[in-house]
Parts: sequence; C-alpha cells; structure tokens
Amino acid sequence: MDTLIVHVLTSLLYASVLFLIAGGLSLIYGVMRIVNLAHGMLYAFGAFVSAWAVGLMATRWPVAALYTLLPLGALAAAGLGAIIEPTLLRPFYKRAEEYQLLVTFGLLLILADLMRLLWGPYPLSASQLYESLGSMTIGDTIYPNYNLVVIAVGILAAVGMWAFVYKTQFGVVLRATSQNMRMASALGINVNRVYIQAFTLGCFMAGLGGAIIVPSQGAVLDMGVDALIMAFVVVVIGGLGSLEGALVGAVLVGVVREIGITFFPEVELAVLYLMAAVVLMVRPAGLFGRP
Amino acid sequence: MSALPLPPARVLRWVGPLLLALVALPWVVEPYQTTLFSYGLVMAIAALGFNLLLGYTGLLSFGHSAYFGAGAYAVALIVKYLKVSSLEILIVGGILASAAISALFGFLCVRYTKIFFGILTLALSQVLWSLAFKFFWVTGGSDGLRVPTPSLLGTHIAPGEDKMTYLAHRYYYYVLAIFLACTAIMWVIVHSPFGKALQAIRDNETRAEFVGVQVWHYRWVAFLVSGTYTGLAGALWVPLNGLTTPDILHWTFSGEIVFFTVLGGFGTFAGPIVGAIVFNYLKTFAVGYTVYWQMFLGVVLVTMVMALPTGIMGMVARLTQKWRRAPAS
Repeated sequence: MDTLIVHVLTSLLYASVLFLIAGGLSLIYGVMRIVNLAHGMLYAFGAFVSAWAVGLMATRWPVAALYTLLPLGALAAAGLGAIIEPTLLRPFYKRAEEYQLLVTFGLLLILADLMRLLWGPYPLSASQLYESLGSMTIGDTIYPNYNLVVIAVGILAAVGMWAFVYKTQFGVVLRATSQNMRMASALGINVNRVYIQAFTLGCFMAGLGGAIIVPSQGAVLDMGVDALIMAFVVVVIGGLGSLEGALVGAVLVGVVREIGITFFPEVELAVLYLMAAVVLMVRPAGLFGRP
Repeated sequence: MSALPLPPARVLRWVGPLLLALVALPWVVEPYQTTLFSYGLVMAIAALGFNLLLGYTGLLSFGHSAYFGAGAYAVALIVKYLKVSSLEILIVGGILASAAISALFGFLCVRYTKIFFGILTLALSQVLWSLAFKFFWVTGGSDGLRVPTPSLLGTHIAPGEDKMTYLAHRYYYYVLAIFLACTAIMWVIVHSPFGKALQAIRDNETRAEFVGVQVWHYRWVAFLVSGTYTGLAGALWVPLNGLTTPDILHWTFSGEIVFFTVLGGFGTFAGPIVGAIVFNYLKTFAVGYTVYWQMFLGVVLVTMVMALPTGIMGMVARLTQKWRRAPAS
C-alpha cells in the first residue's frame, strides 16, 4: 500500500510538470495552429533562469526568500515568448506548415546555444530549496516534501487554466479566435494581440514547469529537447489544441511511465512513443481533440 | 514505353566536366578534404531519398533518422554478430533492414498528411532511438558500436595501409559510384509515370484520386523508396565514421536531413544534393570554428526559410534567368 502511494505520487509529480509543458504547447497549437518545436527550450529556459537567480542570491538571502525567485523563470520564458511571436512566427501563419516547423526547428537550435552561451555547458542546481523542505517517510520509503509542492503547483495550474479559459472574458476571446480566427477578427477582436497573449501564456506555462522542477532535478542543456518529445506524446494522446486532453494525457503518461520504470525499464520510452503512435492511428485527433 | 527522359542539353553540358572533377578530386585535394566530401555525398543520397517524399509527394517527415539509423545499425550489428567484413553484404543488410522498417512505418504513417504525418514519423523514429539507447548490451547504448574498416569488392585494407588514404581513395570511389547510381535511379523514378503520379498527389490529392491514382498505395511506395535510400546512406556512412551512436537515430538528426534538403531547395531535383554537400561543409566549418555551431546553423535556417524559401537552387535559377534575360533586353 505504501509503495503504491509513492508510485502514485511520483506519477503525479511527472504528470504535473508534463501538463505545464504540454498544456502550453497545446494552447499555442489550439489558438494559432502552429506546432512549436522550440517549446521544450522555453521550459529549459525557465529552469535555467530560476536556477541562476537562486544561485545568485543563495548566500545573501534566507532560504525561505529564495522561493520567491522561482517564478522568475516562468516570467522570463513568457518574456522571451512575447519577443519571439511577433518577430519570428508572425510572418509564417499564412505559409505552409512545413515552413512553420522549419522556423521553429531553427529557433530550437538558436535557443539551445543561447542557453549554453549564457550559462555555460554545466548543469545549474537550486537544490537548497529542495533540501530545506525536508522529507517524510511513507512506509519504508523516504519521500521529499518538495515533490508535493510541485504536484500542488501542477494542480493549481490546471485549475487556474480551466478558470482562465472558461470563466474569464479573455478566455472567451481566446476560444473564439481558436475556433474561427476570421470570424473573431470580423467581430472586432484584435487577433494579433490574442496570438501574442496566447503564445506568451503558453511559454509562461513551459517556463513555470522548468522553474518548479529545477530545485529537484537541476537545469541541464538537454532537458528541453527531451521535454518536447514527451510533451508531443502527451498532446498526441490528449489531442493537439485541447487543454483537457493535455491534462488527461499528462496523467496517463505519468502513470504509464511510472509503471514502465518499475516493471520494464528497457522499453519504458518505447512504450510511451508507441502509445502516441497507436492513438494517432486510431484517433488522429487524439482523445479530446477536434478533428 | 518511350525512351528514358534525359536531362535537358544545358544540364548535360555540365555533367561531363562535373564527373571529371569528381573523379579527379582525390588526386587534387588532401585526403581529409576528400573524406569530408564523401560525407557530403553520403548525406546527398539520404537527401535524394528524403526529397522524394517532401519535394515530389508533399509529405514532410520528421523521422528520417529512423531509416538512416536502421541502415547504420544493421551494418554494425551484422559486423558484431556475424563477423561479416564484405561491405557489399553489409550494404544489402542495411538496405533490407531500412526497407523493412520504412515499409512498416510507412504503412502506418501514410494515412496522414501535414502535421500529423510529421509528428507520427517523429514519434516512431523516437521508438527506435529509445530502443537503441536502452538495449545497451546489444547496441552499445550511448557509446554506440564500433565498426572496423570493411573490405570492398573482396579486397581488404592492406596491412599497414593508412586508413585515411584508404577512405580518401578506394572508399571515396565506392561511395561516388553508388551516389551516381542512386542519382540516376532517382532521376528515372521521378520522371516515370510513378513519379508523375506522386507529383499529382502532391498538387491535388482529390483530383489524383479521381483520375485513378491509388493515393495511399503510391504514398506508401514513395515512403518505402525514400526510407531505403536513407538507409543505404546510413550503411555507407558507418565505415566512414567508424562508429554508430544513437545520435543518428535521434529526431534532431531528422531535423538536419530536413534542413539540408530545404537549404538546397526541395522544389528541384538537384537541390537536395547541393544542400547536403553545402550543409556538410557549413556544419564542419561551424563546429570547428565555434562551440555555438548550433546557433549558427539555426540562424542560417531561420534566415533561409524567411528570405529564400526556394533554397540555393531556387536562388541560382532566379539569378541565371535574370542573367540570361539581361543581354537580350
């Protein structure tokens, strides 16, 4: 029973971070119909900014105050998104999807090296935050308390996104633009502004994912590329463009991954990719996507 | 059936001198330069195959690393377990492996187009990557597999012969011959009724279907040919590199294949060849010049896509047109 609880918590931990990344990716696709291959890099960017800020202040501030620095990563990713959308992506909405994929692939290469340039090739860590919360024992297992914070942030983000998209004025505008961009534009919505807001919000989520994971895992250069592929798996299962899909997909992937790591570690990744491939073949639009 | 379509005279005029230059290359430049060029030729074979899908069928695959890797790993595994050293047998093995995998993956993928096709090919290629990565006792994991220099047409590398000279002479000609054969075959393919049908599908799927083209079937065969070409490139790449690692199965390598095809211009027959060779030099230069080579390549790619979507060949065509028109007016 106790081990089961630990497994469930670990699945949820992974699912929380995945939801933040995949939710952003899905939101951006849902509104702008663009698949951002550089999305994982924004997640890594958030992680690096947070780790850098924490490292900078680590000796000067008490540990409790360092927590307030974590959201910086999310804000920085959002800021970067707000620069990228109008300059690099906007010229491509009217062109073939192939070019959109190519330009975001180029962006991925640029951002990967930008981070290497800014923070060097070595991993950054912010583990003092992770350690300061201590741990608890579940049965025979020691479980770090910080992971509960990550899960809480993931749940809060899911609830917050739901409220934002379905209960606010902006959410209505967002959904209207997503369903029919021309109609929304004809009704007086400034589509360009909605696009930049949606993209910024998507990047904010990715950055937040990076920011909350960095105390436990550190920031490494490869994390962005790996995260993107897992986010793909999630949105393909859940349906590109659907936030509910991203949530269900993230939980599904989190659970399957945990089962995989426990019982068949060699093929754990292959099973996840195959899951995505099978969903694409059976339901190309995903579990929650609209065709 | 009419005679094979030959390239127009203005192109044929260039083929002779170009061939001569290619044959003379190892005698003119340093062995290092020849080997570097061999890499370019190998990638050009992959690009030719890739472009059958992108340029002629209108499908953007983001998973061609799978077939390149299948060819490369098939060679490495045959060497490891069957102790074969004849490159001809290894190549047949590589072709069979990549053909099998592209037949299977293609069967699954060609039901979709556009973004879903791209993501599905990507996801499937990552399956292979993760398997190569995790089954380290078979594949060597992230260390990869070493492949000793194979024998060509029954002759081994002479004892004491420098590997660099071997690669720069005998192996270069071997690669060149296969590259020329591949180019000729691809030329025939794209100008055959089959190739025309693919272009019809690319331009208008519905119309193609109405004139009796079995869209699904044609796409699948195109996928198979494309993957096999890329697999052959992978098989030829291994002896050159001496080592195969999971990096060539990772989706970022697929991105590179897409990159150089677009760099050369996917709307033309020669574009991918030019793109692969130029990209090879570009990357070697960038890697040697700065640790931030990815950023350099990224900037090149973004600039290309924004300013020159028709690639190098598109630019050349526009320039020669302008140049030809100028004296007349």
